[in-house]
Formats: sequence, structure tokens, C-alpha cells
Amino acid sequence: MATAIGRRRPSLAEALRSAREVAATGHGIWSWLATVDHKRIGILYGFSAFFFFILGGIEALLIRIQLITPESEFLNPDQYNRIFTMHGTTMVFLVVMPLSSAFFNLLVPLMIGARDVAFPRLNAFSYWTFLVGGIFLNASFFTGGNIFQGELGAPDAGWFGYSTLTSTKFSPGHGVDFWVFGLQILGVASLAGGFNFIVTILNMRAPGMSLFRMPLFVWMTLVTSFLIVFAMPVIAVALFELMFDRLFDANFFNPDAGGNPLLWQHMFWLFGHPEVYILILPAMGIVSEILPTFARKPLFGYPFVVFSGLAIGFMSWGVWVHHMYTTGLGTVANAAFGVSTIMIGVPTGVKIFNWMATLWGGSIRLSTALLFAVGFVGMFTIGGLSGITHSMVPSDYQQQDTYYVVAHFHYVLFGGAIFGLFGGAYYWFPKFTGRLMNEGLGQINFWTLLIGFNLTFFPMHMSGLLGMPRRIYTYSEGQGWDLWNMMATIGAFVIACSVSVFIVNLILSLTRGEKSGDDPWDARTLEWSLPSPVPHYNFKEIPQVHALDDFWHRKYTEDEAGRPIPVVAGGSGQDEEHEEHDGHDIHMPSPSYFPLIASLGFPFIATGLIYHTALVPVGAALLLVGLYGWAMEPATEESA
Amino acid sequence: MENAVVSGHHLETSTGLDNRKLLMWVFLASECLFFGSLIAAYLLYRDRSVVGPYPDDVFDIPFTSVSAFVLLMSSVSMVLALASIQRGDRRGLQVWLFTTAMLGVLFISGQAYEFTEFHHEGLTLDRNLFGTTFFVLTGFHGAHVTVGVLVLLSLFAMTLQGKITQAESLHIELAGLYWHFVDIVWIVIFTLIYLIQP
Repeated sequence: MATAIGRRRPSLAEALRSAREVAATGHGIWSWLATVDHKRIGILYGFSAFFFFILGGIEALLIRIQLITPESEFLNPDQYNRIFTMHGTTMVFLVVMPLSSAFFNLLVPLMIGARDVAFPRLNAFSYWTFLVGGIFLNASFFTGGNIFQGELGAPDAGWFGYSTLTSTKFSPGHGVDFWVFGLQILGVASLAGGFNFIVTILNMRAPGMSLFRMPLFVWMTLVTSFLIVFAMPVIAVALFELMFDRLFDANFFNPDAGGNPLLWQHMFWLFGHPEVYILILPAMGIVSEILPTFARKPLFGYPFVVFSGLAIGFMSWGVWVHHMYTTGLGTVANAAFGVSTIMIGVPTGVKIFNWMATLWGGSIRLSTALLFAVGFVGMFTIGGLSGITHSMVPSDYQQQDTYYVVAHFHYVLFGGAIFGLFGGAYYWFPKFTGRLMNEGLGQINFWTLLIGFNLTFFPMHMSGLLGMPRRIYTYSEGQGWDLWNMMATIGAFVIACSVSVFIVNLILSLTRGEKSGDDPWDARTLEWSLPSPVPHYNFKEIPQVHALDDFWHRKYTEDEAGRPIPVVAGGSGQDEEHEEHDGHDIHMPSPSYFPLIASLGFPFIATGLIYHTALVPVGAALLLVGLYGWAMEPATEESA
Repeated sequence: MENAVVSGHHLETSTGLDNRKLLMWVFLASECLFFGSLIAAYLLYRDRSVVGPYPDDVFDIPFTSVSAFVLLMSSVSMVLALASIQRGDRRGLQVWLFTTAMLGVLFISGQAYEFTEFHHEGLTLDRNLFGTTFFVLTGFHGAHVTVGVLVLLSLFAMTLQGKITQAESLHIELAGLYWHFVDIVWIVIFTLIYLIQP
């Protein structure tokens, strides 16, 4: 730490240094605002995204209340459009992506045997930019007049933002502008995270941790990060083009000037289809960690699962037109993309069989985490099968824009991603808190969620096949849709109860959960070799890795029949011989306020472009101060 | 800087490539998709404008060739800057960094002049599809060059304070990677948009 400051008037550099020292104590709000510790950033990501999950959930409940009976007037069409737009945008960009980021942050350095990510401050910048973007996007609600009289200002063009719904002609007001800039800011956050995790995973692995000894979750993080890095610029350009159209009268999507609204759809889905794998691959990674632990068997066909993940990553770039079969691109285009879409089901199916084979013959322990993982496999399979029906062009012509599509993507994104993320929360909660989550409440949480989820979304297959269109704010009775909508709304409230149980469980377990010990699940990967909660420096000694599932092999060897036998005590655990070592001489990156300062520039720039350009220089100045301060300050203080 | 923290001052990475250099390569890969999308939009809308001015009416190929040449030469001076510091020649580094930045400024000035001329001839962002796609594509490229100039001038200021030594030539190498990338993008834009007229 730095030496004496006092006596003279402190210079700016010294003032900054003392501010960093306050943050470096590790206590209080300042230490969180300036943190660069990947575990803390992961926790911040998790809680922020969970807050947005509640928000998006409330929006979903409003939608379901409106649709519970025909001709309901609970919401007017304008409010309905804004709320379903925000529900979709929130759940994709503010919930599933950042919840996945939370797990990347918490786990990747621990799983590869590193003390932090490659660029800790870039990591903090990624989080703050996400938070700022999320708040900015939701601030749009207040721009429509008096919000207490139901005058909402949120975007109203759907999460897909199809042109020309987003033109100033059809969407006056500033909702879509907030959407454009909100997503742009969130894109910066995702890109920063993507770059960071690619470099971290490729470059920061402990000795012996070759690529094919990496846990599956790390592999999926790597593939997801590559998808982010290549998909985000495409949506960034599409959003910039829309921004120029809306704010500066450009003509990208203006049919009067010869512009083609289909350009938006191509760019959106060229981003959007890799995006759905950005949403699902992390959950697949989580499930691939949970299943082997609770089956007490290695993941079946590890290389196949890895290569399937890679194959999905590559193929996700060649299927986007299946979102656009009915736009009239012609038979050849539809046939080609139909084939590629059917083919992407193959690596996905491979994974599903590998997960089932992992459970087969295992000594299964039915913990909540395992239930969620198995729930994931089941629900995701249903969603995958309805997805295959979409790949067939003639069938898709019938299903396009109906509730059948809504059913499909909720089975993969909720039944898939959200179930996987819940499972991950139950599984890794002890690692970061030192306490177990309550199993009884966990079981209630799982079963109510499974029932509520199916009650909500399975009926949508029916109403969809009976012709109920998506995105309509109401419907007339007598079309055979009433029962299915009633069921879906009841189911939505069951989901809300289930999430409440989870919140109660979270609070109870955080405050008085049973002590977990370091390795409560008898798990396989490196993070479980560390104390719970994990010390800020992670590893006292960087581990030497000898095998896939290295920690398991430190604990167990095999008899002639291949059954695991515990290694004689003393052979396991890396830390016994280092009892005296308290980690004080490990240099960790110093906290920094500059990532936060830089992030705060974005909403000023965006608000300035929407309302008054005078704010743009303010935002640009914040951004520049943040970036220059960041570049000039030393990453680590010299030790005292 | 950052990476030295985690693995001690002797940094060793799993790939042997410095973290910052790997980051720059991944960033540039991402930028390919960014410019690729912008160029795709331009090509899609080529010849689709319903009113003029059209490219033939405004392009001044000799002028733009000169400014393209200026940008190309700035890549040469960038290479010389890196070579200087790798030899430990800090004076040479200063000269060539400043030269590179000034060539960048010259290119931007040329673009500003070109934009003004086009504007006088009636081509604006909202005039037609050509104006829309042309200004947005070349404008984003110009913005990238501007960022590059800022980085070069910041590095130049650091060299004046003696902060960049032979051992830290990576700073210059990273700026160079970015600068050459922006230069290559211009070669693609210049070829596809100015030289190959349908």
C-alpha cells in the first residue's frame, strides 16, 4: 500500500490513490463501486439481473392479466405494445445474458485455476455499462407523460424492432430512441465481457489445464464469448442505422426513398440467431457440470459435447432466414435455410443424449440443483422438438406469428436457459456464501416452477395451432382460445409464487443457511478445491492440473472394476501444507473508480442525442476522463 | 499492466501471446463484422437511389486517390515508429509517431473537405440512399481514424515524457495493429465504393 499522504496539500493523484485505498479495504459501498474482483462483479451481475428478472416478470403478469379473458380492457393497446416490447427486451438483454455473465464471472477464473480475469477493470466496466444501459432502457417508461395515469413512454415496436414499426412515422415519441441507445450501451457491455473471457480462457489457464481438460462450462463460455464478439457488431450497425433514420432523417429503412425494411430483418436475425445460442449455451454448460456431480460419473462423451457446442456455434450463423420464411425470399433460400436449421438440431440432439447417458447408471442424488438440470433437459427437448417443426417451411407458414412460436421460444429460453440458471444458483450458492440453500424450499421452488411453467406455456401450443396471433392485445370469444389463455394466466401466477419461494429461500439461506463446507457435493472441478466462500485471491498457489475433472482425481482413484475409491487422507486437497500462508503477499489488481466513471458517460451521450446536444460533450468528457484515468493509473499498487 | 498483476511480473500466458495483443486481435476480428455490415448495406443499396446526386456526379477519384495514398503512407510511418522503439531509438519513435498522427489528420481533413463538397452538390444524409449509406460508412471509418489519431497523439505525449521505453514497445505495436486495420478497411472501401462503379 502507498506510504504517507499527509502534511502537504494532496495532489489529484494522491487524492485518487487515497480513494483507492478506501476501496481496497474491501468493506463498505465504495469497495463495491470500485471493485475489480471477478467474484464481486459476478455477484453484482447476478443481483442486478435478478432485479430485472422481477421487473420483466411483472411485465409478463400484466400481459397475462390482459389476456385472461376475451375483450379485456385491463390494458389499452398502446400500453400492451409497450409492455410486451419491454418484457421481451428485458428478458433477453437484461436477464438471461447478464445472469449468464454472472456465472462466467463467478466461475471461469476458478475453473481454470486463475486469480482473476485477464482484464479486471474491463470486467468492472462491462458490469457498470450493463447496469447503466438497463436503467437507461427502463427510464423510457417515464418519457410518455404521467406514468401514474398509465401514460407509458417505453418502446412499442417489439423486442425485434421490425422496420417500419420503428420509424418516427409509426412510433413517434422517444420510446424507440431509448430502445436503440439502451441496446447499444448493453452491446458495449457484452462486447467488453466477450473480449475479456476469450482472452481469459485462452491465456490464463493454470499449468496443465489444456483446452481439453477445461470444464464444459468454460468451453461453453468460450463459444458464447466468440458468438458475442461476432454478433454484437452486426446489431450495433443495425441500431446505428436505425438511429440515423430516426434522429437524422437518413433513409436506411425508408421505403419512400427505396430503402428496404427487410435489411433490418436480415441484420437483426443475423445477430438474433447467434444470440439465441448466446442465451442457451451457458445454461448448457451449467447443466453439463451439475449432471456429472450428482450422478457421480464423468460427463458422458466429453469431446462430443465440446464439439457439439462448437458445431452449434458455427452453424448458428447459417440459419437466420428461418425467422423470415414468410417474407418472400423464394423457394431456394427457404429450402437451404430449412436444411441448415434441421441440421443444427443434430449437435443439439447429441448433447441431449450425452446428458441422459451421463445420468444412466449413476449413483444419483436428487438435489434441487439436479432437479433443475434434469428439468432443463426435459423442457429444452420439448422446445427443441417444436423448433424442428418450425424448420419445415410449409409447417412454419402456418405457425408464423402465432402463439405456437411463443410456446416454442419460452420452452427453450425459460424451460431451457432459466431452469439451467436456477440449477446453477442452487449448485454454486455454497461456494460463494459458505452456506447451503434450503433443500425443502428448493424442492418446492422446482416443482411449482415446473408445473407453473408447463401450465403457462404448453397451452400456447394449442392456442397457436388454433390460429391465435402473437402480439395482439385482445381477442374475441368463441374462437377456441379462451380456455388456453385462462390456463396460461393461472400458470403465470404459479410461476410468480415459485419465484417468491426462491427469493425467500435466498434470504433465509444467506442469513441462516446450513454451513456447507468447501465441497458439499463431492464435486469434480477446481473451484470446489477452494475454501467457501472463496478468498479474494482465489488460489494461494496456482494449481498444477493433471487431468480432466482434476479435483475428482485428487480425491478418488479407481479399483479394477472402475469404481471410485477415496484416496488415502492427506493425498487430497492442495492447501494443507500451506496452512501458514495467509495470502497477504499475493498481488491482486487494485480497485478502480475509472470503469464506473467511463460507463456513466454513455447515458449522457444518449440522452444528449435524443433531447439536447449540450449533454453529448458532458458524456464524452466523462468517457474520456474514465478511459484516460484508467489507462494512466497503475493496475496494482506497489506493495509497502 | 493488468496481466502482470495476476501472474507476477514475469508474465506467462497459456498461448504465449500477451493478453493485450490477443485482446486487440479479437477486437479487430469483431470490427470486421462491424465494417462488413456497413459495407453490405452500401452494396445492397447501390443503384437503388430514386433521386440524385449519384456517385458519378460527386466522386472526385483523383482527389480521393491522393487521400488514400496519404493514409497508406501513414501505415509506413507507423511501421517505422515501431521499428524505432524496438531498436531503442526514442527520437525516431517521436518523429514517426508524430508523422503518422499528422498523416491521419491530413486524411481526416481531406474527408472533411470531400464531405463539404458533396454537401454543396446536394448530397446529404437524408437526400437519397447513396447519401445515407455513403456518409454513414465513410463517417464511421473517419471516426475510427480520429480515435486512432487521439491514441497516437496520447502515445506521442507519453514519449515526450519519456514514458515509453524499448521494453514497452508493445504499446506502439498495439496502436499499430489498430492503425493498419483502419488503413486496410479504407483500401476495401476505396476499392468497392470509389473504384468499382457498376
